[in-house]
Amino acid sequence: MTPIIQAEHLYLDYKLNDQWVNALHDVSLIINPLEIHGLVGESGSGKSTLALALMNYLAPNARISKGSVLFDGTDLGTQSPRDMRGIWGRLISLVPQDSLAALNPSQRVGDQIAEVTHLHEGLSVKAARVQAIEMLRRVKIANPEGTAKRYPHELSGGMQQRVTIAMALSTRPRLLILDEPTTALDVTTQAVIIDLFRELIHDNQAAALYVSHNLGLVAQLCDRVTVLYGGEVMASAPVADIFQRPIHPYTISLLASLPRLTEGTETRLPTIEGTAPSLTGRPRGCVFASRCPVALPLCHEQKPPLEQIEGERWVKCHRWREMDSGELMIDTAPKADVSAAPPHASYVLTAEDMRKAFGKPSLLDRLTMRQPKVVRAVDGVSLRLLERSTLGLVGESGSGKTTLARLIVGLETADSGTMELLHVHLPNKLDQRTPELLRGLQMIFQNPNDTLNPYQTVGAQIARTLKRLGDRSLSREQIKARVVELLQAVRLPADYANRYSSELSGGEKQRVAIARAFSTHPALVLADEPTSSLDVSVQSVILNLLKDLRTQQGASYLLISHDLNVVSYLADWIAVMYLGEVVEEGPPAVVYTAPSHPYTEALVSAIPTPDPTAQDKRIRLEGDLPVELPTGCRFHTRCPRKIGAICETDVPPYREAGAGHMIRCHIPVDELARLQQSLPETT
Amino acid sequence: MSGPYISPMSTETSPPARRPSALSTAIRQLTSRPLTLIGALIVIVFVGLALFGPSIAPYRYDTIIRGAARMPPSAEYLFGTDRLGRDIFSRVLWGARDIIVLPTVTTILSVIFGAAIGLTLGYIGGWLDDVVSRALDSLLAIPALILALVMLGTIGSSAVGIIVVVVILYTPIVARVVRAATLSLRTSGYIDAAKLRGEATTYILFRELLPGVLPALLVEASLRFTYAIFLTASLGFLGLGVQPPSPDWGRMVNEARDSFAQTPWALWFPAGAIALLVIGVNLLSDGLRRIFRYEGQLG
Repeated sequence: MTPIIQAEHLYLDYKLNDQWVNALHDVSLIINPLEIHGLVGESGSGKSTLALALMNYLAPNARISKGSVLFDGTDLGTQSPRDMRGIWGRLISLVPQDSLAALNPSQRVGDQIAEVTHLHEGLSVKAARVQAIEMLRRVKIANPEGTAKRYPHELSGGMQQRVTIAMALSTRPRLLILDEPTTALDVTTQAVIIDLFRELIHDNQAAALYVSHNLGLVAQLCDRVTVLYGGEVMASAPVADIFQRPIHPYTISLLASLPRLTEGTETRLPTIEGTAPSLTGRPRGCVFASRCPVALPLCHEQKPPLEQIEGERWVKCHRWREMDSGELMIDTAPKADVSAAPPHASYVLTAEDMRKAFGKPSLLDRLTMRQPKVVRAVDGVSLRLLERSTLGLVGESGSGKTTLARLIVGLETADSGTMELLHVHLPNKLDQRTPELLRGLQMIFQNPNDTLNPYQTVGAQIARTLKRLGDRSLSREQIKARVVELLQAVRLPADYANRYSSELSGGEKQRVAIARAFSTHPALVLADEPTSSLDVSVQSVILNLLKDLRTQQGASYLLISHDLNVVSYLADWIAVMYLGEVVEEGPPAVVYTAPSHPYTEALVSAIPTPDPTAQDKRIRLEGDLPVELPTGCRFHTRCPRKIGAICETDVPPYREAGAGHMIRCHIPVDELARLQQSLPETT
Repeated sequence: MSGPYISPMSTETSPPARRPSALSTAIRQLTSRPLTLIGALIVIVFVGLALFGPSIAPYRYDTIIRGAARMPPSAEYLFGTDRLGRDIFSRVLWGARDIIVLPTVTTILSVIFGAAIGLTLGYIGGWLDDVVSRALDSLLAIPALILALVMLGTIGSSAVGIIVVVVILYTPIVARVVRAATLSLRTSGYIDAAKLRGEATTYILFRELLPGVLPALLVEASLRFTYAIFLTASLGFLGLGVQPPSPDWGRMVNEARDSFAQTPWALWFPAGAIALLVIGVNLLSDGLRRIFRYEGQLG
């Protein structure tokens, strides 16, 4: 059997500032027919570079300096550009990460798909159009004829991604390259798309390379997995071996650093110390040695070979034999968090009936008396948060969770609702808040790249916050000392005070943002997706840091995340939002298990677990968030457990389902519990 | 995720910083772009002329040399003389001052006003932005030269008049650019963070936002400068520039037009000077744009 892809000892270099730097180092990879091959690694590990190199699609500043790639037995390096154009899009297709950027904004999606078969298979324009509609049907787009006539921007993210998949599959390629195709999507949409991949790849008798940093997804979807680190293959094995008996220290540490739903909040995540190597300084020894918990002097001196064990497993480590036999263990058990303190009995924040609608009439609307389109982002939400506790806010994008957080800190002004911070009235308008109140509420933002002003040093930004909100009597020297103290609290060296944000990595920027937030001794810190753009190994460090600071500083958190695993690691109370409303709240262990709101159930079921043997619960939410607010229960348009007309007409009651556990649903709690014991057939 | 063009491998920590000084970076950038360097040299020469032109010119701009009318360029009269017998070389040198100074002043003023208006509109938004932006847009819809003619015709032509008119014309353009740059920055986390520590609006505008729009602003300023030179010269050509007998390149071109057949050099040199200056400023501003696109950091 000829492999579809056989890369042998591939070396790839980039030319940067007139210097060749080595990005892929001695990479070998085999993809067999019908195989879904997972390629995992953190950002900068060379995943995308490798994926594109496998299809011989090189950047102008890249070269393959050694090695070769065989596609179906032919060496792609020897093909003329003309031949390559016949291979790309016909035999090898790419589904890119950013589907909106990949689609031509000025062309109808049906025509874009038709173009591929028209070009590669010589179909007439008319036949190609018919085929395009058929492809849209195959990727389960509800109204393929109508959708074909639309432009990309008229489709939601999930639909756009389906279109790129339809396009990639329309020529029945032998190899599909999927470059993080679901990273930008919600978990619920992601779950549906992943199901679609599995089905289509098998139907099409194709092989696939699935590039992802999401270990859970890879576990659920792939047959084999290759782990990349610093441009080198660390391990490659069938999916079960990688996840169940990993033998490379990097794989072991990476898996251990993932927060999991089942873990309580009383533990600390194991982390990978140190930092990834840079391109320019590839170490002489093992590329992972500097961060490896079991590195020997030998590891720093000499690169281990990529060794084959038991047929299908490959590993690049001097000590794999000891790891494999169990002589050598890496301690990855979560450590008990001894310092954790229980929440106090009094509230740090209460918010009653918060409301915010967007779409105020503009000047033009007022002049023409036109009714503006109003989106009720937050619609009657009440929250109570105990001192020293963490409230996790979850929901899809568009559920209103970020808006709610911005109402609380005052970055948006609530239309109505009353709030109290530490039993003091908290005005909705930011400019009516006293310095006391400003000090008490701080926020950590989602995007590490714009959280710091690029034109001021890190130290100046923290110092400014101290000057504005800190003790007025602090002298210059005292402020300086305090900045250093804060940097050290987030484990950054003191000399970082003089750096600009462009000299920091994503994780470091987020740490500075945390230091800045804590500089005022806040009572409540709102964290909006603080780790969503960070790598797994960096995420665990940040999460542990947040946990430590909560204990040391006695702060409370309101943590927003679409990642239920992250939330369950920190939160001791969870609220689930859908279309501006809280549909369920309670302690995490209770919310994540039956009985729960059908929406929560679907969210939980959509999380991919990093365990290939895990039972797939198969509850999938079809469709997107409705644009118009539905009548009755807001979730009825997508609810897999809808019971009838009552869901469409009547607003469901908010019922108690145990101590503080509330569910907003027409189905009685006992009935929900019974239904959720057995799995629904299919949806 | 690394795309194909970018270097992969982020460093999750960041090697000790090695920051070259702003000046040495600027010099390195200039010397590695020969066209930008040429532009810079041309601009420097013209600025030198503006400063020292009158003192190196062999004659005053209005000196009529007896018996030397319509002389072609020669060692004595480098650029020749015009039909009245005035030395064109001297007139070009004397005229450099107005053509450099007026656009410089107008550029500086429109950049200051435009930046303040653009930052305010972009940051505050709301109905203020709706009203003012539309008003500025409507001003932009009218061709600059025609508007300038009408205004100068009303208030009368003088150096101050030209400055006022050109500033009125260019401020909205600068404001638009700054507003657009501000819009992309105002939702940044660091702006939110500044609000959360209770900063005043003026602090946020000028300390947090201004440095971020500065690269766009500098590029726009260099572009405005080019256009201001051209507009000033055009106004001179149409007789609305600095009034005679003080030399104005635009008016010199116009005067020479009538006797082009007899004294073509009287047209070549002032026209060539305008062209050369505009090209120089253009090359320089083009280079600046490139430099700032890649080096967004001003430290």
